[in-house]
Amino acid sequence: MRSPVHRHFVRRAVVAAVVALGVSAAGACSSGSAGGSGSDGPPQPGGTLTFAVSSDAGCADPQQVGSNDTIYALRQVVDSLTDQDPATGKIVPWLAQSWDVSPDATTFTFHLRSGVTFSDGSPLTAQVVKDNFDAVPHLGALGTLAAGYLSGVQSTTALDPTTVQVKFAQPNAQFLQASSTYSLGIESSASVHKTPQEKCSQGVVASGPFVQSQYVPNQSTTLTKRTGYGWGSSLWKKKGEAYLDKLVFKVVPEAGVRLGSLQSGQVDAIGSVGKADEAALKSAGVNLLARANPGVVFQLGLNSSRPALKDEKVRQAIQVAVDRQQIVDTVFPSGTRPATSSLSHTTPYYTNLAQSFGHDAAKANALLDEAGWVRGADGIRQRDGKRLSLSVDWFANAATNQPALELIQQQLKAVGVDLVLKQLPIAQIAQVQQAGDYDALWGNVTRADPDILRSSFSTHLSNYYRVPPSELDRLLDQQAATADATKREELVKQAQQSLAQHAFVVPVVELQTELGAAAKVHDLNFEASSRIQLHDTWLG
Amino acid sequence: MRRYVIRRLAQAVGVLWAAYTVSFLVLDFLPGDPVSAMAGGGSDSTPIDPAQIARLRHEYGFDKPVFLQYLDYLGKALRGDFGDSISTGRSVTSTLAAALPQTLELAGAALLLAVLFGGGLAVVATYTNRRWLRQGLLSLPPLGVSVPTFWIGLMLVELFSFRAGWFPAFGNDGLGGLVLPAVALAIPTGAIVAQVLAKSLLTTLDEAYVETAKAKGAGRVRIHLRHALRNASLPALTVVGLLAGQLMANSVVIETVFSRDGLGRVTAGAVTVQDIPLVQGVVVFGSLIFVVVNLIVDLVYPLLDPRIVVASGRRASFA
Repeated sequence: MRSPVHRHFVRRAVVAAVVALGVSAAGACSSGSAGGSGSDGPPQPGGTLTFAVSSDAGCADPQQVGSNDTIYALRQVVDSLTDQDPATGKIVPWLAQSWDVSPDATTFTFHLRSGVTFSDGSPLTAQVVKDNFDAVPHLGALGTLAAGYLSGVQSTTALDPTTVQVKFAQPNAQFLQASSTYSLGIESSASVHKTPQEKCSQGVVASGPFVQSQYVPNQSTTLTKRTGYGWGSSLWKKKGEAYLDKLVFKVVPEAGVRLGSLQSGQVDAIGSVGKADEAALKSAGVNLLARANPGVVFQLGLNSSRPALKDEKVRQAIQVAVDRQQIVDTVFPSGTRPATSSLSHTTPYYTNLAQSFGHDAAKANALLDEAGWVRGADGIRQRDGKRLSLSVDWFANAATNQPALELIQQQLKAVGVDLVLKQLPIAQIAQVQQAGDYDALWGNVTRADPDILRSSFSTHLSNYYRVPPSELDRLLDQQAATADATKREELVKQAQQSLAQHAFVVPVVELQTELGAAAKVHDLNFEASSRIQLHDTWLG
Repeated sequence: MRRYVIRRLAQAVGVLWAAYTVSFLVLDFLPGDPVSAMAGGGSDSTPIDPAQIARLRHEYGFDKPVFLQYLDYLGKALRGDFGDSISTGRSVTSTLAAALPQTLELAGAALLLAVLFGGGLAVVATYTNRRWLRQGLLSLPPLGVSVPTFWIGLMLVELFSFRAGWFPAFGNDGLGGLVLPAVALAIPTGAIVAQVLAKSLLTTLDEAYVETAKAKGAGRVRIHLRHALRNASLPALTVVGLLAGQLMANSVVIETVFSRDGLGRVTAGAVTVQDIPLVQGVVVFGSLIFVVVNLIVDLVYPLLDPRIVVASGRRASFA
């Protein structure tokens, strides 16, 4: 694993690269998009980009990793059937040049681009795609994300060498977006036939613009450019091969060390930038790049089966007692937006419901009065001798969790609601959700498809928040069964309104991914799930 | 001597078994299990199908009664098989084997620096007749012990990597990358060595045989280094045995600050996600190192001080 050749600390080895052949892509679609980071002069090929991330998931298989830090590297290695435009949420061609979805959203037929090869030389065929999708449900503990996208799959069939059909037992509109994710990235036949453990430790052979050349757990991942690459996503500006020769991802767990390493030029870009780092980075001439993660925003997931929270008025009171702007200004990096729906504004079919989430302490007090909760001697409301005291379970998976919750605690106290913060180990997330033994849960979910609302709130699925059956279920089921974009958008909009009206959860703030990149780094772009795309990135 | 060694070995095995069992019980007592941790993704609260989690728990055997799990694990552990890490799928033994050299390198360098500079400080401080120098030097070890290792590490990186640019701030590559973490790890360790050795030297210098040596006309340097230091180093040697544990514990912090791979990082990662097989491996392995180092220290005593008679078993109770 460890290469003795790689002794010296990686500086920016400016290698003059020869990118000549292979630039002419085979029948590539046009339409470039995605805003760059202020490029001056023509893009330069060549060079090494060193990127410091905070953690290593310990696995080098994109189908089995969910952690952002590790995906930054692995996303560059696999291509997906489709891509998603971060600006519009639209699904566009990548390995599949076109597709058909049955009107009931149960059958998806992909027509593959020809001439695509994996880095071991083997060709992309419908059979390889089928083998990938057949293997995903058996990935085990680490593959739950990918398996979830394919849940309810009935069969995957290679109709001919370039046509593959995926059939589901139930309508599953989200699958089209899922086909654009790294979790369902297509790996070579050789990789698919390895065990999940082997794929984790050895990495995978795929068709992406970069190839894994070295993986040292907890240390670094090194990728080199795939020469002859010519089947990039239709969203990318550059056709053919990537600009950069080499990508090195270094694992640097300490935030202060990442910051100093970027300032002192030991790395070219860093992930996980926090509010406290911003001033220092800006004064060092570093570009800060930020984008809100799509999906369910950070929220207080209320447990609607708890006696106090069964009452819609109490939930609505909490919804308007939270001063989102204050939380954003105090705790989160600049540019972070307060929640204006259960979905963040970068999620397809997001609807702005800001009027439902304004701060209104007077209204909160009035609602709680109506519900029969009156102020006790200690300022906390009581009813039938019971204090209005709620506990919120949270996990140390983001540095902003505790300060944000402490502010909410103060804000709720002002309207007579006692909030007790209860920190739990990360290992307990799934268990707490299943057991339902909590008043409120603090968390978010990243997903660039609105179907995440169904996974989170439908009473027909896990229903972690113990939401009572309602109109919401019908809306969520129907959007999953609607292939037509306009109709689906309307249903998703109504679902967001229903959630806001009944206040089953209290959306608070959007999660924003923030990166720092040295001035010489150009066109480091976010893709639709707010992870990065480095095919178009160049140094100069 | 042979009986002594056998008894010490038996004790070592007992310590290992106890470490294994206690860590198993503690991990089992914790709420949650690694499958839930993996399914939770660690970063998002992505909803996961409960049936899938149940299936995985069954696959890993977490649905079996505790004592069956224990016997199962223990049986395999005795054969050197600690299973596979749940978070990475790699075998625990190969994970530890890959991390060990990095930590040995770091801890070895730190121990060397600690003994050289800690010991040197103690010798100079007790030798000098200048009061201010002695006081000044003797006040350094308490400072070294009380400043958090974490802070020392960050200061070293700031000064010598970010500002001066002499050493890399992170990684395991080359000798240059070893300097800062080894110094950071050596400071608290060396401080303890200095404290113990200085105190022991001062006591020894008051003993009667030192007076005898003086009366026989031995020079000050000779008395200090030949007579006093040799005897005074016994307590310091005992401490060095214990320092093996401290070095391992501090490596968790230092390896994180300096982004080094090693046992400390493996431990921190494994504990976070409750990777039971890996944590068990770390505990047994850590105990093994500790036990072996202390065994060596015990066996070295009689060589340094003939007054220690091993056959009497006088020191056998020390662990």
